[in-house]
Order: sequence, then structure tokens, then C-alpha cells
Amino acid sequence: MQIVDTRGLSCPQPVIETKKAIDAKAVELQVLVDTIAAKENVSRYAKAAKFSVSTAETEYGWTLELKKL
Amino acid sequence: MQEKRNLIIAGSIFGVLAVGLVALGNPANMGFCIACFYRDLAGSLGLHSAGVVQYARPEIMGLILGSFVISLIKGEFKSRGGSSPVLRFIIAFFVMIGALVFLGCPFRMILRLAGGDLNALVALFGFASGIGVGGILLNKGFSLGRSYPQARAEGTAFSAAALVMVVIAVFLPMLLKASTSGPGSQHAPILISLAAGLIVGSLAQRTRLCMAGGIRDLFLFKDPTLLLGSAAVLVVALILNVATGSFKLGFTGQPIAHTQWLWNFLGMGLVGYGSVLLGGCPLRQTILAGEGNSDSAVTVLGFLAGAAVSHNFGLASSGQGATTAGKIATLVGFAVITLIALAVMKKQARS
Repeated sequence: MQIVDTRGLSCPQPVIETKKAIDAKAVELQVLVDTIAAKENVSRYAKAAKFSVSTAETEYGWTLELKKL
Repeated sequence: MQEKRNLIIAGSIFGVLAVGLVALGNPANMGFCIACFYRDLAGSLGLHSAGVVQYARPEIMGLILGSFVISLIKGEFKSRGGSSPVLRFIIAFFVMIGALVFLGCPFRMILRLAGGDLNALVALFGFASGIGVGGILLNKGFSLGRSYPQARAEGTAFSAAALVMVVIAVFLPMLLKASTSGPGSQHAPILISLAAGLIVGSLAQRTRLCMAGGIRDLFLFKDPTLLLGSAAVLVVALILNVATGSFKLGFTGQPIAHTQWLWNFLGMGLVGYGSVLLGGCPLRQTILAGEGNSDSAVTVLGFLAGAAVSHNFGLASSGQGATTAGKIATLVGFAVITLIALAVMKKQARS
């Protein structure tokens, strides 16, 4: 599965990186985020792009698993 | 859905508080102005000597501490930093110069619009254009690099400084410079200003409200969610201004404003351009600094330095318009920020 590591990036780069992966036809990807704003923004974008989002808390923040619906 | 509702509620409360602060003594259309408040704070600390704009605005300290306390309570406080602090300082320095050429930050631009000041509409076009250009660079890979976890002290120090400033402003005001005339002398009672700052700070932290982010997300992701916050501020402040008779539609005779459309456009364009590369408007940077982001704390120091230089060297506009030095500084700002962007993007292309 493709991993998109957005930890430590400022707004809105986590969403841009996720968008790039989705635009490159990824159907399943993991997005690593470390701020609450990034978690919310990536989740919102993924849902709008018709992906399911499941969130797991990790040591550094969250791992978001995105799957094409 | 809930996100949208919360942003609308928070924005509406900001609108009410902003009009309320003006009724209680703040300068017209300046219930909140992050740029003006940092300028006044810089003056109160003697960083510049423009006697009419010196006052340790308690709203600013309230914003920082409100964000700090609520992020601690909600477990969202995180010490982090190390993402190009010097470049952020420089970009912030020019964002402040642009704001003072226009005479307001994005927050005050919305409040000026709500007061009927059409110069702010020109500035809004500039702001959106600046965000558009910054957005293109972000899409092409612009990044100031990652931040990393830092010691708790690093993330807390800025809020501690804000607390010290509150204590000084309340108990030892004679240590600070304070204007006896001009905008710096106009202010709501200190504790009310502080409380308003705390409320806005905590709500802005919860909702991630950002004046630059709203337009940016609309451009980049066709997502209007964040824009709802700014829209709510505008609508509510507009209604209250009309109801209280402070609404006056037009370009001329507007309070603490000038009518030079080109410099209103370019000043705010520079603010939009820099803000989007920094990752948020001056309000959002202030909130992030309270949450433990020391890169945003450095950004705020850049705002203070930019404000000090603006008033020490006559870059800030007056009601008569932009100064020659201010116009040159604005153009230099576009050039410097573009050079920074090209430099970091070139490095990324190689790596």
C-alpha cells in the first residue's frame, strides 16, 4: 500500500500530497499525519473524493487509511 | 456538517465581539486587527516610536493564551518546530509590511468590508490574487520543510511570554508605552479586551478558522468549508453595523483607511501571497503559536519586527495614502518572497 508521509508539513501540504496520490490513481493509501488540523483536512478531502477513511492513533499522531469507495 | 456549523457559529461570535469592542472603545472597524494589534504591541514595547500607535493590546495576549489553554485541555497542545524558522521570519516581516500598507490584516479587511469600506473590497481581490499565486507554488511543490517534535519548554515559552505581558499590562502598565492620542489611545476596557481575545483564541483553535485558508481551500480543493468562518464574520458584523448606524458605504472618508486602490490591492496581495506560503493568516499563526508551534511563534516575531520597521522607516500608510518607501517595500516584499520560493523549490527539484 502506498504511504504518504505528511508529518511535520504545514497547511495545506498534507492535503496536496494526498490529492497528488489520489490523482495518480491510488485506490488504497495510508496517510501519516501529526496535527489535528491535517487529520481533519485530509479526512474531509478524502471523503469528498469518495474514499473511506479509518483512523488509527499512533505514537506521533494518526495513520489514516484511505480506500476508494 | 458539524465542522461547517461550528465555523459559522464561531465566525458569528467573532463578528459580534468585533463590533462590540468598537462600541466599547476600539478604533473604528478595528474590533479585531491582528496586524494593527501587533503594531501597537511593538509600539508599547518601544520597538518603534510612532506615538499614536502604542498600546499592549490585551486581545493579542488573549488569543495566544486562549489557544494555549484550550489546546492543553483538549490534548491538542504539541511542541513542534524547526521548519525553516528564518525564512518564516522574513516572509512574516513582509506580510506585516503589506498589511500596514493596506492598513489591516485579513480579519480587519473583512471588518472594514462589513463597515461599508469599499477599499477593502479592492484589497480582497488583491488578497485572493496573492493566495492564488501562492497556491500555484504550493501545487508545484513549494514547502518550507517539516517540523519536528520539540521539548515542552520550546512550545510553551511563547504562551508564557504572553502571560507575562498580561501581568505587566494589568498590574504594571507604567512599564509600557501607551498612546495618548490616535488609534493607540482608543481601546475597550482592558479586561473586556482580554476576555474577547480569550474567547476568539479558543474558538479559533477549535475550528481552525483561517482567513487565508478559506480562499486557498476553495482554489486548491474546491472546498468552501473554511471560508464559511470568514463569511459568517462578514455577515454578522455587517448586520450589526447597519443596525447600529455605523455602516457607511463608499471609498472616501473611511476610518483608518486610504483610497489608493493599487496599493490596497498590492498590500493585501502581499499578505495573501506570504500567508499562504506560511500556511495561514496572521490570526491562524497566532493560534498555532499558542498550540506549541514554535515556527509560528517565530512568524509572530517576524510580524513584530515588520511592524517596528514599518513605523521606524515610514513604510506604513496613513489616511492620506501609501508612502513612497512603503510602495518600494511592498514591491521588494514580492521579490524577496518569490526568491525564497524559487530557492526552496529548486532545492526540492534536485533532491
